[in-house]
Amino acid sequence: MEKTWADRRRSMANYIRKYWSLYLMLSIPLAYFIIFRYIPMTYIQIAFKRYSIIQSPWEMPWAANNGFEYFLRAFRNLDFLYALRNTLMLNFLDLLAGFPAPIILALLLNELAFPRFKRITQSVAYMPHFLSWIIIAGMAKQLFAPTSGLINIALNRMGFDSIPFLNDPAHWVGTYLFLGIWRNVGWNTIIYLAALTSINPELYEASAIDGAGRMQNIRYITLPSLRPTIITLLILNLGHILSSEFDRPFALSNPLVNSVSNVISIFVYRYGIRGLQFSLTTAVGLFQSVICVIFLFAANALAKRFGERGIW
Amino acid sequence: MIKSRRTRTTDYIIAFVCLLLIIVCLLPMLNILARSLSSSEALVRNEVMLWPKGLNLNAYKLVLTDSKYTWSLGWTAILTVICTFVSMTMTTLCAYPLTYTQLKGRRFFNTLILFTMYFSAGTIPNYLLYKDLGILNHPLVLIIPNSLSVFYMIIMRTFFYSIPESLRESAEIDGAGPFRILTSIYLPLSKPVIATLSLFYAVGRWNGFSDALMFMNNRVYHPIQLLLYNILNSITAIEVATQEGFASAPGLSDTLQAATVMFATIPILLVYPWLQRYFIAGATLGAIKD
Repeated sequence: MEKTWADRRRSMANYIRKYWSLYLMLSIPLAYFIIFRYIPMTYIQIAFKRYSIIQSPWEMPWAANNGFEYFLRAFRNLDFLYALRNTLMLNFLDLLAGFPAPIILALLLNELAFPRFKRITQSVAYMPHFLSWIIIAGMAKQLFAPTSGLINIALNRMGFDSIPFLNDPAHWVGTYLFLGIWRNVGWNTIIYLAALTSINPELYEASAIDGAGRMQNIRYITLPSLRPTIITLLILNLGHILSSEFDRPFALSNPLVNSVSNVISIFVYRYGIRGLQFSLTTAVGLFQSVICVIFLFAANALAKRFGERGIW
Repeated sequence: MIKSRRTRTTDYIIAFVCLLLIIVCLLPMLNILARSLSSSEALVRNEVMLWPKGLNLNAYKLVLTDSKYTWSLGWTAILTVICTFVSMTMTTLCAYPLTYTQLKGRRFFNTLILFTMYFSAGTIPNYLLYKDLGILNHPLVLIIPNSLSVFYMIIMRTFFYSIPESLRESAEIDGAGPFRILTSIYLPLSKPVIATLSLFYAVGRWNGFSDALMFMNNRVYHPIQLLLYNILNSITAIEVATQEGFASAPGLSDTLQAATVMFATIPILLVYPWLQRYFIAGATLGAIKD
């Protein structure tokens, strides 16, 4: 008994002597995660309390309605309800239009018979991903300007009326979706193209012997091989249906389209950081985070129910 | 024979669709480049499409003489270099110890880190934390709070896993400690992933503006994107007013606007060829499940 204790202590001492520096290295990122990711979570209680600038979150008095006062207020706030609607609407339309686009492009690139041209197409198509939304918005504002933009000049010369691409709510939504696809469609093909390289070429050889055409190959070999990738990405995207980007709607919006461009992240910025309503906006942020986690788990469980791998 | 002919036509149709895609990708950039190089009169007459009319560099000269703009370019460049260095150090310090399977507590650390990918406190709690830490409106708020991306850390760790453990073991037998093994074996072998992630972090910082918008009131420390946003939107306000018939269109502001956009884009276009060499490997590495 004593010997095993001594043994264990010796091996423990040995382990520490060998690996202490690993813990020293890890302590820096761990401190980072605790300070910048976990300590903010203690501030979440502000959502249930009346914010006071002189007290710490622990000392602030509880809000009315068992602490849920600010959640109730959020759901009575018309700006928030619009932001909620816009977030869901834009994310849903984005998923509908933006999710199939890279799959289609990946299939096209896969079928493209000229290797050198394929590389050029890829190089060009990946590039917009590296431009910031401010730059894209700047380009879009010039390209789509009502009288002086390239597109509307071209439309006018062909005898059509100008289209208010960025200055009318309905058209703005279309432009927003288009620019999202424009920026990300190429980039998002990378993961599908990687999945396509792992398809066994013998499958195509066999199907050629059976006399299958291009469409049949896509239908029976290529798409089924992409299935796990598609499902995984769909789960992740569904999990983010209520999350809201800030950069994209913020950069693209203007006063004429606020009714559709104000999403939750912009609401939090306007009411919280500019309006100093910390309890209300913390409540909104918490609502959003919790719904996101629930959606992610639900989508993952659903995928597993259908016999897919899921994301964890 | 007929069949192969049909296949060839569809090949050309596919190539044509891809060509259209290339045009759509490049069109906005060519347009803005042409506008930035054109004379303001040509712009007002709506003559500029994809080729500059009345070629001149006046807008670029004007932008370069604006001290606010040049300062912002310089500051953002410095900020980007610092942030990339800090981020890569943090990412390495996080990824490397976690590649040791015998590390006690590894599962716990992994869970602790991965959890932050799925649940975050939100903007306002972060804001209040920075206020309490005293880094609100301090340049550090643009460097530290988002210096470590879990996603990039996973990419780096996945790359480290691909380095044979036998290398590490033989170095251990020779008496090298973990830090020595990191600097003399892992880092030299990880040049591709280091290059990829550095460029990702750098592009992210160069393109980022929301943290500065929310947490930095001091305009001196505003990165280029935020300055660009302010420039573009003060002009948009005029354009909206013009549309409503309140003011007359300013010709020069359009070329200036185009030139400022070009200035913020050029660095990205310059690093893109290097970026491209590595990012495909980087982007697919992250897809591997842990």
